[in-house]
Amino acid sequence: MSDTDTTYLLRGVRVLGADPADVLIRDGVIAGIGPGVSADGAEVVDAAGLIALPGLVDLHTHLREPGREDAETVASGSRAAAVGGYTAVHAMANTDPVADTAGVVEQVWRLGRDAGHCDIQPVGAVTRNLDGAHLAELGAMADSIAGVRVFSDDGKCVSDALLMRRALEYVKAFGGVIAQHAQEPRLTENAQMNEGAVSDRLGLAGWPAVAEEAVIARDCMLAEHVGSRLHICHVSTKGSVQIIRWAKSRGCDVTAEVTPHHLLLTDELVESYDPIYKVNPPLRTAEDVEALRGALADGTIDCVATDHAPHPIESKETEWSNAAMGMVGLETALPVVQRTMIDTGLLDWAGVAERMSATPARIGRLAGHGRPLRVGEPANVTLYDADVRREVDPVNMTSKSGNTPYRGMTLPGRVVATFLRGVPTVLDGKIQ
Amino acid sequence: MRHLLSAGDLSRDEAVLVLDTAKELAQVGDRSVKKLPTLRGRTVVNLFYEDSTRTRISFEAAAKRMSADVLNFSAKGSSVSKGESLKDTALTLQAMGADGVVIRHGSSGAARRLANWVEGAVLNAGDGTHEHPTQALLDAYTMRERMGRLEGLRVAVVGDVLHSRVARSNVLLLHTLGAEVTLVAPPTLLPVSVGTWPCAVSYDLDEVLPKSDVVMMLRVQAERMNDAFFPTAREYSRRYGLDRDRFARMPDDAIVMHPGPMIRGMEISAEVADSPRSTITEQVANGVSVRMAVLYLLLGGSESAIGNQEG
Ligand SMILES: [Zn+2]
Repeated sequence: MSDTDTTYLLRGVRVLGADPADVLIRDGVIAGIGPGVSADGAEVVDAAGLIALPGLVDLHTHLREPGREDAETVASGSRAAAVGGYTAVHAMANTDPVADTAGVVEQVWRLGRDAGHCDIQPVGAVTRNLDGAHLAELGAMADSIAGVRVFSDDGKCVSDALLMRRALEYVKAFGGVIAQHAQEPRLTENAQMNEGAVSDRLGLAGWPAVAEEAVIARDCMLAEHVGSRLHICHVSTKGSVQIIRWAKSRGCDVTAEVTPHHLLLTDELVESYDPIYKVNPPLRTAEDVEALRGALADGTIDCVATDHAPHPIESKETEWSNAAMGMVGLETALPVVQRTMIDTGLLDWAGVAERMSATPARIGRLAGHGRPLRVGEPANVTLYDADVRREVDPVNMTSKSGNTPYRGMTLPGRVVATFLRGVPTVLDGKIQ
Repeated sequence: MRHLLSAGDLSRDEAVLVLDTAKELAQVGDRSVKKLPTLRGRTVVNLFYEDSTRTRISFEAAAKRMSADVLNFSAKGSSVSKGESLKDTALTLQAMGADGVVIRHGSSGAARRLANWVEGAVLNAGDGTHEHPTQALLDAYTMRERMGRLEGLRVAVVGDVLHSRVARSNVLLLHTLGAEVTLVAPPTLLPVSVGTWPCAVSYDLDEVLPKSDVVMMLRVQAERMNDAFFPTAREYSRRYGLDRDRFARMPDDAIVMHPGPMIRGMEISAEVADSPRSTITEQVANGVSVRMAVLYLLLGGSESAIGNQEG
């Protein structure tokens, strides 16, 4: 890792796609922006043609440590995050042991700090051991050194309505938010893929859209009733979008995220029975994909979250119903968003910065991240080359796991450099 | 045709070729020496992850009648039950030089997955709730034998369509062969997108029966009764069971089929099952001929199916 005192001059970079300028990074902050900025002794980075974005923030990353270090560790996951242009990620709580106490969240937080590639912000479980029945010590996790603000039983739905109400109310005391994995458990017993024509053809038990939508509708009503903040994880259906739009129009304080894979891939891919496409929530239809893109563009869906879910190869090279659910996503998120939102004209780069940095940082109450690239702000910066195209090959990935659904696909763009508080974690695409 | 994974993989010509070849091969069963040299030197592996003695024996008899070497690989008590993955098993079969693998598996798509990992032909002998194409072929064969045709034949498929690999394969194959299929079931036992399938749908068995040339009863698994797919066995039987009164409402020459094993009394009354218009035992015999035809067409090669008589 470089010395924090090093000064960097990003020469000719496009800040949010504006005219090329020079950006000076010194002492961990942005010290100057403009044409012809210069500084003696600065290390010059030729950034001609590159886009500068505020360092990306992920609300939804599975780092697998503690418990499944064969799939990913905090260190390997934070390296993958840096390579993907992230400067902060929220580590989901469904580890083993579950991150449901101050001790576990502090452990994850320290591992992240020691690795130093990216800020690791632990998410706390809503219920003890994700049992869905007893609240975890939310306040202790909030008060811990990790300063937890996002609570989620992700992987499982908080399906008990009364418990969900209590959780929403309780976290108001410290500005927390409940991030709900919306999945009605009875409607999705044994579910294997999106319920519809493809599941019927393939003889795989269906996962109906209504199982997600019914929980979102209920939770929006609960959040509105008790005046709490609610966040909906990985929205995947058109109906969910409509419900969230309606809830926002009523004044409900609800935010929502969508994953890159739900913006690009459809359930038709499951025809291969290749479990690389097995994910929770499942890949949906082209109509859902279109609705999700539209909702991300118009702000109904607030942000992009990766739901990075690493698994070792043997968990995927098996029969569909035995295979693990999930896909890695940190290293491909920005390219997939470019392809689905920029190249389609649905968003500009300022819109991407909003949805992949500022908004997730705001939802997660993450000070120092998601800040605009302005003089005096922390130098969390991602330099991105939007003009290249690359074939995705799991062999070249930094994550410990290679379960990417984009294998063999050509995607646009490449993260050239990532700066965390002025220190490059990635330079020329390589981890530092 | 390299594998047989889905009844939908067969074109009309291919399906007819299987049925015609099966007819030719059926004659072998009538001879004193029930054996052909056609697949001598070929190895067929029966890879059964689910117990199904009937299906396994049918495939085994088919392969042996054509002189193939047969290896039975049952998941129970093998390395499979010790956690060996399907892929590792596939690599083992590959090393043994299996020319064909007949796979029965509880997981939909397992046959398709296996086909990625072995060089030999893969025959789907039932995968989860997906398909069972040789069952559909033997059903079509039986219908053609009994009714003399398939084109325009009106076939009612009755019962738990949702969980039935037999129903899925039958709808695809019978549509390809020009028959008109009507699925009859309570809405809880029909797939949500059944409206997009190449068949008609009814909730009313009494209305469909008089217009049916073939009534195919499906197996109802006991666990469905405990899971609110229908209220009670008695109500199911009243609405969708084939009893004597309903049987009387079928056209005089209409036949009754069942893939077996059947639940007498609930799905079908004993007297209907044992009537001369029931094809249940023929279906078993025809299964061997059809499976011989499929093995021959996938593994055989250039000789005629009957080949040169030896002995
Ligand atoms: Zn989730």
